[in-house]
Amino acid sequence: MGRWRTRALLAGAVAVLVFPVLLEQYKLYLASLTLVYLIMAIGLNLTLGYAGQISLAHAGFMSFGAYAVAILGPLGVPFEGGLLIGALFAFFWGIVLGFPALKVKHHYLAMVTLGFNIIVFLVIRNWESLTGGSFGISGIARPQWGPLRFQSDREYFYYILGWTVLVVASAHWILHSRWGRAFRAIRENEMRAEVVGVSLRNYKLMAFAIGSAYAGVGGALFAPLLTYIDPGAFTLDRSIQFLMMVVMGGLGRFEGPFIGAVVVTLLPELLRASEGFYLIIFSLAVILMMLFMPKGLVGVWDWLVCWITRRVVGPADPPAPAEPAAVLEPK
Amino acid sequence: MTDVFQLLVAGLSIGSIYAMAAIGFVLLWQTSNTINFAQGEFVVLPAFVMVLFLTVFRFPFAAAFVATVIVSTLLLGLLVKKALVDRLIKMGVLPLVIATIGLSMLIRYSLQQFWTPLALPFPPIFSRQPIRVGGVIFSFEEVMNVLFAAVVIGGLQLLIRRTKLGWAMQAVAQNRDLASILGINVSRLVGLTFMLNAALTAVAAILIAPVYLVKYDIGIGIGLKAFYAAIIGGFNQVRGALLGGLLVGLVETYSAAYISNQFRDAFALIIIIGVLLLKPEGLLGVKEEWA
Amino acid sequence: MALMEIDRLTKHFYHLSALSLVSFDVKPGELLGLIGPNGSGKTTLFNCVTGVLRPSRGQVRFKGADITKLSADAVYHRGISRTFQLIQLFPEMTVLENMLMAAQERKGTLLSRLLRRDEAEERDRALKLLEYLGLSSVKENLAANLSYGQQKLLDFGMALMPEPEVILLDEPMAGVNPTMIKTLVGHIQDLNAQGYTFVVIEHNMEVVMSLCRRIVVLSQGEKIAEGSPAEIHENPLVMDAYFGS
Repeated sequence: MGRWRTRALLAGAVAVLVFPVLLEQYKLYLASLTLVYLIMAIGLNLTLGYAGQISLAHAGFMSFGAYAVAILGPLGVPFEGGLLIGALFAFFWGIVLGFPALKVKHHYLAMVTLGFNIIVFLVIRNWESLTGGSFGISGIARPQWGPLRFQSDREYFYYILGWTVLVVASAHWILHSRWGRAFRAIRENEMRAEVVGVSLRNYKLMAFAIGSAYAGVGGALFAPLLTYIDPGAFTLDRSIQFLMMVVMGGLGRFEGPFIGAVVVTLLPELLRASEGFYLIIFSLAVILMMLFMPKGLVGVWDWLVCWITRRVVGPADPPAPAEPAAVLEPK
Repeated sequence: MTDVFQLLVAGLSIGSIYAMAAIGFVLLWQTSNTINFAQGEFVVLPAFVMVLFLTVFRFPFAAAFVATVIVSTLLLGLLVKKALVDRLIKMGVLPLVIATIGLSMLIRYSLQQFWTPLALPFPPIFSRQPIRVGGVIFSFEEVMNVLFAAVVIGGLQLLIRRTKLGWAMQAVAQNRDLASILGINVSRLVGLTFMLNAALTAVAAILIAPVYLVKYDIGIGIGLKAFYAAIIGGFNQVRGALLGGLLVGLVETYSAAYISNQFRDAFALIIIIGVLLLKPEGLLGVKEEWA
Repeated sequence: MALMEIDRLTKHFYHLSALSLVSFDVKPGELLGLIGPNGSGKTTLFNCVTGVLRPSRGQVRFKGADITKLSADAVYHRGISRTFQLIQLFPEMTVLENMLMAAQERKGTLLSRLLRRDEAEERDRALKLLEYLGLSSVKENLAANLSYGQQKLLDFGMALMPEPEVILLDEPMAGVNPTMIKTLVGHIQDLNAQGYTFVVIEHNMEVVMSLCRRIVVLSQGEKIAEGSPAEIHENPLVMDAYFGS
């Protein structure tokens, strides 16, 4: 079963590499945006899905990466430098935000992270000399390595893809290490975790820091996409959008962010034909998806993989993928 | 100096409306672990319904009010409970949160698309005449808002403390399983709480509509403030939501008068975060014991 | 020299006094029983010792060092392990993962746990323990899907995984059928003979009297008796506490 899952993922990877050759402008933009959102979702899935720490500050961390690149670029800092600085800055503030997570939980934590997001937004909007305030920053340059320039939309797509692969690989490493198991332990039974030696402080801070750093990376890659950013891209709404991606995809499952990012980014686009109604249909879809698949669409993915496996290999071991626990348990 | 008193009344006036939304919010959380992200829209929808009854069906005011409360209770109370909460509550808090986010979007964009994206005027219920009390000028409307809200909230407190229903709600809030073993029909009680919330938000809608104007997107701000109020006051206490709502109203009013536009939002936020970091269970909340 | 010293341990919850000036020692290698009617403070004592609760007054010393104010994970690192009255497992992890989780934080640093993937030693130990406890056949099952008795055994196994010096068992026999009780008693005696120190909270008098060589009795937060099973059996205060006057 595991072997076939790997093959399915590899096939998907090949498709992602080849497909963009066929796409043109707007669809290419969507594909690039989906990759960026995937990076965001992977980060939030680590903090919330695996470690069980709710964060509504994700868009705030995204802005650190975006503005780092936008501000440092014209100063001569190469794109990768801006990206790393933004990610480190996000990492640092992720730790800072992790401290309240040690004292409060659930809805209180949601409130603190929500507050952080709004404060970041207000700072960006008001610090005009640094960030251009409401006017934002335009003319953001795309990366180049000497003669090699990632200028065109297609070239930039492959650049983003490269970073996405790095993010996915590193997330895979982390989540399948003992850290991943410790995160899950905290999510499933925090008290027991502490009693078996899990330092809640260290792991919770790391969950926030790493998730936020990924958001910083995503933000940095986001900035040159439209070559323009303004505070409006980093509001609470955006954090809620990432929350939706992670929950609808499947919390605490590695495939979750992939599905969530694709659905939340592409579904409204597919519905655009219906003009004004597309948000109404989208919100209905959200409600229905939660009603019928509260553990996320990853259930459909599991079923699909199973079905294909049985067709190709013949009936095999009973499928028992580890299902994510309900993250915030009712009292 | 008279300014301070005037602002006090104004702040309490808007604050008591936020308090109503916040109390309903807290009741939902306590009895069914629902964080209702659509609470703001639960206020906006009855406002629109009220306009419908008043201008389209031309009901007299009192009848329109009663009709609105009934519609709100059935639609946003009973229907939401049966369609969403019953199915999702056993899956933990987050799926229901996302569903309420979807619900808030649904209500908001449906109103925008099917009714109007413009603001609708709402007739003032109480006269806007200023009253003079020893050199200080109050708005009659604001004073009536406070009184009306006080009556409603007072009635609610009586309900919670003196009636069987109220006791059952407290029991379910504290220990769901035990309450059910003791013969309380928890599901029915949750349904009643949802209906109560819908009634509260309908009342809040009618008081807030003359002040804010009725527009499809005012729910976002209202919902957020209800959330702030519940957090400040303490999620596990109705009294806390009341205090929180009043505080939010007061801070909003005073900072609008004394602090420049840019920093107004930040000021309120900093207070909230301060409360959260210093007394995370809320000002009136009850602390949990683990080390 | 005592392995663990409970020194005038006191715990208040608002107006309720859950523990009041409780003092006793735990000697290395012994099998100490902790008994008393419901609400006498036994689990509260365990919680205070293991850092889950902070005592209001008094001290807990382990190998001479004061561990009173340590957090639960620090207490674990000192070598104190425990089970829970209401079974606490990681429900969505497999039995084997639960066992590995119980041992993974024992050695190494935070960073090494990220970089090192090799778990052969811990895995070996887990598999051996699972076999000893008779749980090998369910090692890939999710903990939530086990029967009550199996969960109890898993809880016990998790307490053993980090090779602790002291194991605190909170009502290990509660809700367990007589055959399983015999098995558990056998395991405890076995392990005690190998050198593990146990402190056992139990209501099952038969088990306590036969298993433990020394018993401490709590009632309403206070220690009312301490001694051998025979002494406790004769003690009128103990009878009083359990059956009233």
